Amino acid sequence: MQSPRTTRRIKVLVAKVGLDGHDRGAKVIARALRDAGFEVVYTGLRQTIDQVVAAAIQEDVDIIGINQHEGSHFHIARKLLQKLEESGAGDIPVVMGGSIPLVDVEPLRAMGVKEVFLPGTPIAEIVKRLEEIASERKHLAPRAKG
Amino acid sequence: MADLYSEEAKEEIRRALKKWEEQVLPEWLSRMPEREEQFTTLSGIPLKRIYTPLDLKDHDYLQKLGFPGEYPFTRGIHATMYRARLWTMRMFSGFGGPEETNERLKMLIRAGETGLSLAFDNATLVGVDPDDPLAEGSIGIVGVSVPTLVDMEVVFKDINLGEVTTNMTINPPAPVLLSFYVTVAERQGVPYDKIGGTIQNDPLKEFIAQKTYVFPPEAAVKIAVDVMEWSVKNLPKWNPVSISGYHIREAGATAVQELAFTLADGIEYVRQLRARGMDIDEFAPRLSFFFDSHINFFEEIAKFRAARRMWAKIMKEWFGARKPRSMWMRFHVQTAGCSLYPQQPWINIVRTAIEALAAVLGGCQSLHTNSFDEPFRVPSEFAAKIALRTQQIIAHETGVADVIDPLAGSYFVEWLTDEVEERAWKYIDKIERMGGMLEAVKKGFPQREVEEASYRFQKEVEEKKRIIVGVNEYREEESEDVRKVPLLEFDQQEVERRQIERVRKVRASRDQERWSRALEELERAAERGENVVPYVLRAVKAYATLGEIMGALKRVYGTYAEPPYY
Amino acid sequence: MSDPSVLIERAKAGDKRALGRLLTLLEELNADNAWILERLSSEGGRAHVVGITGMPGAGKSTLISRLVRAFRDMSYKVAVISIDPTSPISSGSIMGDRLRMQEHATDPGVFIRSVTNRGILGGVSLAALAMIEAFDVMGYDKIIVETVGVGQSETDIMNVADTIVVLTMPGAGDDVQALKAGVFEIGDVYVVNKSDRPDAAKTYEYMLFVAEKEALGRGGSWRPAVVKTSAALGLGIRELAETINRHFSYVLESGEKERRLIARRTHLVRLVAARLLLQSLSEVMEGERERVGKVVRDMRGFYDEAMRIVRLTGKRLVE
Repeated sequence: MQSPRTTRRIKVLVAKVGLDGHDRGAKVIARALRDAGFEVVYTGLRQTIDQVVAAAIQEDVDIIGINQHEGSHFHIARKLLQKLEESGAGDIPVVMGGSIPLVDVEPLRAMGVKEVFLPGTPIAEIVKRLEEIASERKHLAPRAKG
Repeated sequence: MADLYSEEAKEEIRRALKKWEEQVLPEWLSRMPEREEQFTTLSGIPLKRIYTPLDLKDHDYLQKLGFPGEYPFTRGIHATMYRARLWTMRMFSGFGGPEETNERLKMLIRAGETGLSLAFDNATLVGVDPDDPLAEGSIGIVGVSVPTLVDMEVVFKDINLGEVTTNMTINPPAPVLLSFYVTVAERQGVPYDKIGGTIQNDPLKEFIAQKTYVFPPEAAVKIAVDVMEWSVKNLPKWNPVSISGYHIREAGATAVQELAFTLADGIEYVRQLRARGMDIDEFAPRLSFFFDSHINFFEEIAKFRAARRMWAKIMKEWFGARKPRSMWMRFHVQTAGCSLYPQQPWINIVRTAIEALAAVLGGCQSLHTNSFDEPFRVPSEFAAKIALRTQQIIAHETGVADVIDPLAGSYFVEWLTDEVEERAWKYIDKIERMGGMLEAVKKGFPQREVEEASYRFQKEVEEKKRIIVGVNEYREEESEDVRKVPLLEFDQQEVERRQIERVRKVRASRDQERWSRALEELERAAERGENVVPYVLRAVKAYATLGEIMGALKRVYGTYAEPPYY
Repeated sequence: MSDPSVLIERAKAGDKRALGRLLTLLEELNADNAWILERLSSEGGRAHVVGITGMPGAGKSTLISRLVRAFRDMSYKVAVISIDPTSPISSGSIMGDRLRMQEHATDPGVFIRSVTNRGILGGVSLAALAMIEAFDVMGYDKIIVETVGVGQSETDIMNVADTIVVLTMPGAGDDVQALKAGVFEIGDVYVVNKSDRPDAAKTYEYMLFVAEKEALGRGGSWRPAVVKTSAALGLGIRELAETINRHFSYVLESGEKERRLIARRTHLVRLVAARLLLQSLSEVMEGERERVGKVVRDMRGFYDEAMRIVRLTGKRLVE
């Protein structure tokens, strides 16, 4: 029998924005997070920023994770953060991962991206960081965490 | 029988081996235990401690290896191989707008590159114009943006298409890009029979790996086969398909899966072409392949050798090919992008060199070596040059190109070649039982297999069962030097603006009457199930854009979205 | 904005962010926030709840995506509750069904929410039942509940929906397993999807026979309908939407709506009770672990031990 407790799990949206088709990383992350006990919402490929924001809001996720391998990370980050703000969801933290040059990490953070994961980051490290990020915003959330 | 060892000889070796295992080995093992209980290749093939003639089961030399240029072509498709002509050093390039790419191509030609290879941006890859909302922010980043005939003319400005061969990595929009290219050549005065190169045009692997699909599987294959059929009949020097394992491997497949799925894709295309009434020897010589060269050295070499032997057998025994050329597996290789990491990026140069060496020892026809800055973005000129020089060192300094198939006869390499082949046949059998690769793809079979393998690999890395230098071992704090890696910089926003402006200008300045008629005729032809290429060609000449032509085809064939595979 | 009353007001005014958060609160239903559901439910009972179930591979998500479009064309507001399976190992989950419906994500008249089946008594979890009440009050006319197409959930859906749609595909009629599972006994509307396939006619005939047979055994004047669709090609979708609407008219006119609403809410109460019971049981078991451990060594007196646990659980609950 499974535990009947309704411990709220961390809910993460894993999304691919635009036309970039490299989904190996996104899928590995989605599975690894599931195995770590997260609830993962995977939107599939070729999403617009508006679709990502709509999904994040309707699913009321704790974190939005954008995986990208195309090099348009600044563009995506700028538009996504702006759209979230406009939709009253500016409090949902955004993390990014993929082919991002080291020199771009700090500027992305300065823009408001909560964390940037480069290729080769151990999953355990990603899980730990996401848990921290989710718990940081616990006080904002009306939900009772288990 | 041309078995190299008699039963008596083998018996003698068997006895000696037993003695060694019982009398010599135990003491060593107790004094110096081995690093692992079980070593495996990157694909998970278990390895023994040592290989001897006993591991070559039924190793009939003439049947399994023979001589280069002869069936089953295990040792190479040409009798002289690199002793006569080195492989083509073909560096994948393209970024920004057509102007930037034209400059880069000319730089590579000056640096001694012998074949061009065009990378397209994501908008071009999925066939949308630069002003499509989904394309926003992506124009020119991972490759060049070519939405119109005018753009293609700029890409090849001052480059004579009768003197170079060009590889174009494009799939669903293949008929459009091919039409752009052919039209540019034609306008340069180059006749059809002088146009040489390759178009990737392999839709099946898009569903398995690369994910730049547009049309549903059935329609995607139909359009690709249209391109193959038209090219074989009109462009005698053109390779109308590059059956690609590269992307499958990059998506996380094992070497065995890469090999098996690629061959199964090839089998599907052959069947489709034959179903159109074409003779196997008419089109088979024009089929070409594209593989990955990963870091597990011997496994890659074994894969390349097995690939040649298997394809020759498929063509001869399954499809009754008569011409030796039809049995040749000609392949391009790219070193593994997925084996490169951003941590301590310079060491990627070493990885690439080893992978390139495997490709050469495996007998490739052309080779792209990745630049060390690959994990970050499209290569800088500096990094691209090092990658090209790596090939030149292998070709001219190491001497490995001076003897044909130099690893043949290594007990280990021959055993591993057999093993990879045997495992690949099992997959092919399974796919055949599903009704071929088109059916298997529709069922999601290869997709699931690749996802599983990719996840397994990731876990092995996490658990340090696989060591990756600089990533899960020998890590360093990132030094300031990494920040100073000179990356390719260009004004992306400016390129995007320019490309949008150009496509709009083309739309506004063409003969509208001719344009709309050409698109209309294309749509009708597609509805009737005709070969679409002649109609695409006409639409291109009427300055229909990539997005418009793809739009017409989408109206007829519909579009594809991937179901979740978990 | 964490005050539930404010969330309710904002959600009513069409603020999707507020509704999203409210749904999260309902996922966490407990004694302290039960009043939220009370308040919502007192205003509800109007919407049409459509349960859709069917075997894996029948094309459920694609069909639902098409159905959403058809309902939108009829100017209904549509909510989709998509229930995804939970990984048995980690209790984590990947909610991938949404992927098929993302084209509707930005439509102001559509709201899609995934919930996980947390393994409590069947596929349609308590969270989903509570969410139905919320969507109802927020003016969603059609609330589509998609369940995992395996096991218990097919029959579980009976406790939830005003209209039960069972999805089959060619070849499914021959499936004895499906018959055994009782899938073909619960539908108000049967759909033969992938009807462009050559073997579809046979399955369609078979389903007509099933529907005929069932009509005899059931009360009421509704005869289960059979509709052919091809979700992939978009065929038969409008007819399906109309059939579902026709069933709703029947449900309203026959007084069945009231009965199904009561059944649904009764099931909700039952799930709350079951959860409380299981919670207490787990706590008691935890406390008695050592003693139980001793008993099970030779299993002597295990049955009495179980009864003792039940009594303790009851006592704990009452306290």
